[in-house]
Amino acid sequence: MFRRASATLLALAMIYEVAAQSGMFPAVLLPTLPKVARTLVDLLSDGTMLWHAFHTLARVMSGFALAIGIGLPLGILMARFRPIETFVMPLVSALMPIPSLAWVPVFILWFGLGDTVTILIVFYAAMFPMLLNTWTGVRAVNPLWLRAAGVMGANENALFWKVIIPGALPFIITGLRQAFQRAWIAVVGAEMLAASDWGLGWIIFDAKEFLNADVMMASLAVIGGIGYAFERLVFGSLERVTVLRWGMVRAAKT
Amino acid sequence: MSDIEIRDVSLVYGTPGGSVHAIDNASIRVGASEFLCIVGPSGCGKSTLLNIMAGFLTPTSGEIRIGGKPVTGHGMDRGVVFQDFAQLFPWRTALGNVAFGLEMKGVGRTERERIALEQLALVKLEKFAHSYPHHLSGGMQQRVAIARALAYNPSVLLMDEPFAALDALTRDAMQRLLAEVWRETRKTVVYVTHNVAEAVYLADRVVVMSPHPGRVKTEVPITLARPRDPLRVEFLQCQKDLLRHLGSDTGAPEIRIGGLP
Repeated sequence: MFRRASATLLALAMIYEVAAQSGMFPAVLLPTLPKVARTLVDLLSDGTMLWHAFHTLARVMSGFALAIGIGLPLGILMARFRPIETFVMPLVSALMPIPSLAWVPVFILWFGLGDTVTILIVFYAAMFPMLLNTWTGVRAVNPLWLRAAGVMGANENALFWKVIIPGALPFIITGLRQAFQRAWIAVVGAEMLAASDWGLGWIIFDAKEFLNADVMMASLAVIGGIGYAFERLVFGSLERVTVLRWGMVRAAKT
Repeated sequence: MSDIEIRDVSLVYGTPGGSVHAIDNASIRVGASEFLCIVGPSGCGKSTLLNIMAGFLTPTSGEIRIGGKPVTGHGMDRGVVFQDFAQLFPWRTALGNVAFGLEMKGVGRTERERIALEQLALVKLEKFAHSYPHHLSGGMQQRVAIARALAYNPSVLLMDEPFAALDALTRDAMQRLLAEVWRETRKTVVYVTHNVAEAVYLADRVVVMSPHPGRVKTEVPITLARPRDPLRVEFLQCQKDLLRHLGSDTGAPEIRIGGLP
């Protein structure tokens, strides 16, 4: 799996490097990979990059946690109770198509510059995939499981924790995954616009002022790397020990 | 074990085209520890009747008593096995599935796992206790479902065509196994099928239902000695009789002979 992934990345890197070395573009705009790597090592070793990444991750995690905390229970309630579904669904349909970044100026007016805006933007981006996937997952729980559990004396509480939640888990994991991706995409944009002092989005924006293309490229690499690590390590493992092991979803052919 | 009394049960659905009598005034008595099969063509209401017994549906009129107690909703005096393999919880091992009812009853972990293992042994699956359902064949999954329905010791076992989706060879083996399980546990069994040979192999008595509206047409006792041999003349004669009861007013295109044990 990792070997094939690295082959893809290597091919991409080679194309980039050829373009950077060719002299067709100013070196300051298209730095070579060794230069980007040196910058990355410098930024990592003096701790700046870690500090930026830490800030960004903290914002993502806060917004992501909020999205789970609200999207997951609300999705379950919507699937279980028709009046809640009827009430919430039009709201979701109206708010979901609005790009989260379009809210940045509004939120800045309301909440001022800083972390609150960024976290709310992340929350806004992550909320809908979490909510909709949970909603779908609970509705997709096989009614036969509910019947069988009911016959065996499961009360509402047991039905919820021991049948509905595990039964909806393939969708819930998909929801977590998509929510994190959206959150990660949103945070960088929000940091650029909300002018926070730290963060991977801010560092790119800031580097533009000084024509530091190598810093920008290094930051992009870090953004991609963290996203990749979460996708493969966190959500991949979560899936492996649950729904893949239970045969509820098929393994991806990698 | 409990007896079952089905008294004047009717179920009427309202549809845009008028009301449909899914079941019209059905009355059946099932003795304690009796193995009763209900056969009939599609649309005769046999599965509907079983669903009423299980408590999934409420009859429009009439009542069902199990061990003298009227049925309202589902209860742990009944175990239910469905046709669909997907009835097992994929996130639980065979053992975890079988232990579910005991867990709901509040039986402690060690105790319920001991009982679940015993039940799995009854259906000859103790070696697969820690396998997840998706690693088991269809026949094995249905055996787990039977063990799961028996584990919390209900007095009545309700089965809705549990072997209909299995291949013929597996079905034969499953019927033999079920006959054995019934002999050992002496549960009262109500078994819905449209397979005549299966009914003759398993039942003490067969209730024949006819469709539109779903009615109890007749009852046929099967007095053959057990274990039964599906190739004996008497067995085939029984099957013929039963087919005659089924066929006379429907043409019974859906009735299959086959699945000889």
